[in-house]
Amino acid sequence: MKISIERGTLLKAVGQAQSVVERRNTIPILANVLIEAEGNQVSLRATDLDIEVVDKAPAMVERPGATTVSAVMLHEIVRKLPDGALVSLTEEAATGRLTVAAGRSTFSLATLPKEDFPVMASSEYATNFSAPAPVLRRLFDKAKFAISTEETRYYLNGVYMHVAQGENGPVLRCVATDGHRLARIDAPLPSGAEGMPGVIVPRKTVGELRKLLDDDETQIAVSVSETKVRFATPNIVLTSKVIDGTFPDYSRVIPTGNTRRLEVDATEFAKAVDRVATVSSERSRAVKLSLDEDRLVLSVNSPDSGAAEEELAVAYSDDRLDIGFNAKYLLEIASQVDRENAVFLFNSAGDPTLMREGNDTSAVYVVMPMRV
Amino acid sequence: MPSLCRDCLNPFDAGSRCPACRSPRILTHPELDSLSIAHMDCDAFYASVEKRDNPELRDKPVIVGGGTRGVVSTCCYIARISGVRSAMPMFQALKLCPEAVVVRPRMQVYVEVSRQVRAMMEVLTPAIQPLSLDEAFLDLSGTARLHGAPPAVMLVRLLKRMEDELGITGSVGLSHNKFLAKIASDLDKPRGFSVIGRAETVQFLQNKPVRIIWGVGEAGQTALAQAGIRTIADLLRWDRRDLQARFGSLGDRLWSLARGEDNRPVNRDEKMKSISSETTFDEDTGDPDILDGHLWRLSEKVSDRAKAKDLAGRTVTIKLKRANFTLVTRRHSLGEPTQSADRLYHEARALFDTAREPGPFRLIGVGLSDLCPADEADRMTDLLDPGAARRRKAEAATDAIRARFGRDAIIKGRALR
Repeated sequence: MKISIERGTLLKAVGQAQSVVERRNTIPILANVLIEAEGNQVSLRATDLDIEVVDKAPAMVERPGATTVSAVMLHEIVRKLPDGALVSLTEEAATGRLTVAAGRSTFSLATLPKEDFPVMASSEYATNFSAPAPVLRRLFDKAKFAISTEETRYYLNGVYMHVAQGENGPVLRCVATDGHRLARIDAPLPSGAEGMPGVIVPRKTVGELRKLLDDDETQIAVSVSETKVRFATPNIVLTSKVIDGTFPDYSRVIPTGNTRRLEVDATEFAKAVDRVATVSSERSRAVKLSLDEDRLVLSVNSPDSGAAEEELAVAYSDDRLDIGFNAKYLLEIASQVDRENAVFLFNSAGDPTLMREGNDTSAVYVVMPMRV
Repeated sequence: MPSLCRDCLNPFDAGSRCPACRSPRILTHPELDSLSIAHMDCDAFYASVEKRDNPELRDKPVIVGGGTRGVVSTCCYIARISGVRSAMPMFQALKLCPEAVVVRPRMQVYVEVSRQVRAMMEVLTPAIQPLSLDEAFLDLSGTARLHGAPPAVMLVRLLKRMEDELGITGSVGLSHNKFLAKIASDLDKPRGFSVIGRAETVQFLQNKPVRIIWGVGEAGQTALAQAGIRTIADLLRWDRRDLQARFGSLGDRLWSLARGEDNRPVNRDEKMKSISSETTFDEDTGDPDILDGHLWRLSEKVSDRAKAKDLAGRTVTIKLKRANFTLVTRRHSLGEPTQSADRLYHEARALFDTAREPGPFRLIGVGLSDLCPADEADRMTDLLDPGAARRRKAEAATDAIRARFGRDAIIKGRALR
């Protein structure tokens, strides 16, 4: 194999590949990226056996071929090369090494045989549809903060993507929860997505997917089967196993009878929460919300470190209410709001609270209160 | 040289017997009147209490421990002659000493006696750092004027009171820091009283093996041996920085301890770091139902102890000992601390399930660590577990019933497994 490729193009492709590679690896080949050159393009493939990413980039291929080298090392080298450099990758048959050369720099990297590289078994995808990048970006970005890290409830370690019945017909829905908060985000159902099996997209896949969604103009081809999900742009194909488990029935934990309505400027609210939380104990981070006629008092009382209080003008016309929350959860939820005011719907100090943006029910958040 | 009679507390200047009562149990040391850090360790505590309460056992080897499959908690000095040691598996102990009488531990009694000993220590000083039910550090600095007697006299009096009033014996080590006091209490056991003075410290330590240092166990000894360090004298040859470089912060401590320097204060409120409970089975088992019952009972025990101390914890640990004695531990940190038996049980159960260990096991344990005050605990309920709030109320009700009518007044069916 012998190819030449522009440094920036290679860096982007290698960057995506190396982030899939697990840093601590017991299987040497999994630390490597498979480089395949053919026609006028090169493809880089990396996997951790759960996720596989294939990046295609245009290159001048002098001699087609394939080999594998350390993904992290190749990335580091390319990253440190000067901008605009032309990089040549040459497989030396005699030494079994890959020569990376650019300008006056030459590197010789150890390789492992391409035959040893595991290629993810292809799957029969039951559902194929296409969605604009901004739609998927919103679905996953607004849900991912609620993904659980608890290994004991592994089925919560991802975003549950499925088809659901929204207020105005079927929707593509993403739900994530860790038992303390929950995010439910809807988007109009793309054509072809009807009948899609519900899948739990793992946390790491959500992170990798995010890198495909930066460009507003891109259409993402989504393929879903019972066990795998695939997101593809013309240049990148991300395939991932889904979490083998049953996502809990979230619909029964989303409160429907909460009547006490608080409307508040989300940015001001978040800033105030952040300020008073400064004195809360590192671990509990409890903030108390005291609601009265158009007035919200946020307070923290921590016996070890001190107390804080801040008042906000809000729209509230219900009975007095004192309710506590974990400050971190409030902040994360408030920061999901970007266009309108945040609307909180409370029931009692012990019941889950609902939050949404204005009257928009396409993004709904639930947060559990905390005894204060 | 200041001397003291251990039987009649008579201080005198010199001689091999007490001039007042002619007792040979005398204490003589040049620094006897100036040392004030002590370590008190009861002699074969559990076994002594058992012998006290059942005089028939007095001249028999007694082992306190659980069942034929358990381990030796404590054994009396008669049993020790046959080579029985604490923490030894029971079958091995009984092989060494077949005539031994095995007694099931009666923790409640020991706790009560320990409390009485504690009360006697509190007469001497408020600076007490209990290490377990049967041993504690005491700092008697500055109490000589209050008591009208130097610490040594007060400590001898403490041992005498324990013998006279509680019927148990203890040994005291008196020195100028905790490290040496702890070593000293072990020198003359049982019914001992040893003194390590400032002047003799370095010489005393010199030819001692490194394992004399508290905290240097098997692994530590191996690591030190690899560096050619077997005795304190070996340690003394090392430069402080080299020790630090090789052993980190431990190296620093080793450097000081080798010189008999230890400035850790006797800490009254040494915070409890974890609460745990474990059980060794009479027969190895991998039966999920039986194990589930144990997980519940252990969770409840740990929760009871946490509640009694107004503590909660955020890390739940389970411990499994396989039939071949290898250990498996799994831990999980919670989003918020808990002291609830229900929560502990569910976490322990989830840990057990995800460990995917088929067994059989000889031991199972549940622990709670990363402790904090109870008012930070269980303040949130789980969205996905709507029953949790009701179970929590049920637990509070159960606790109230048990507090009033006794521990077994109400139990879960699960506990009968």
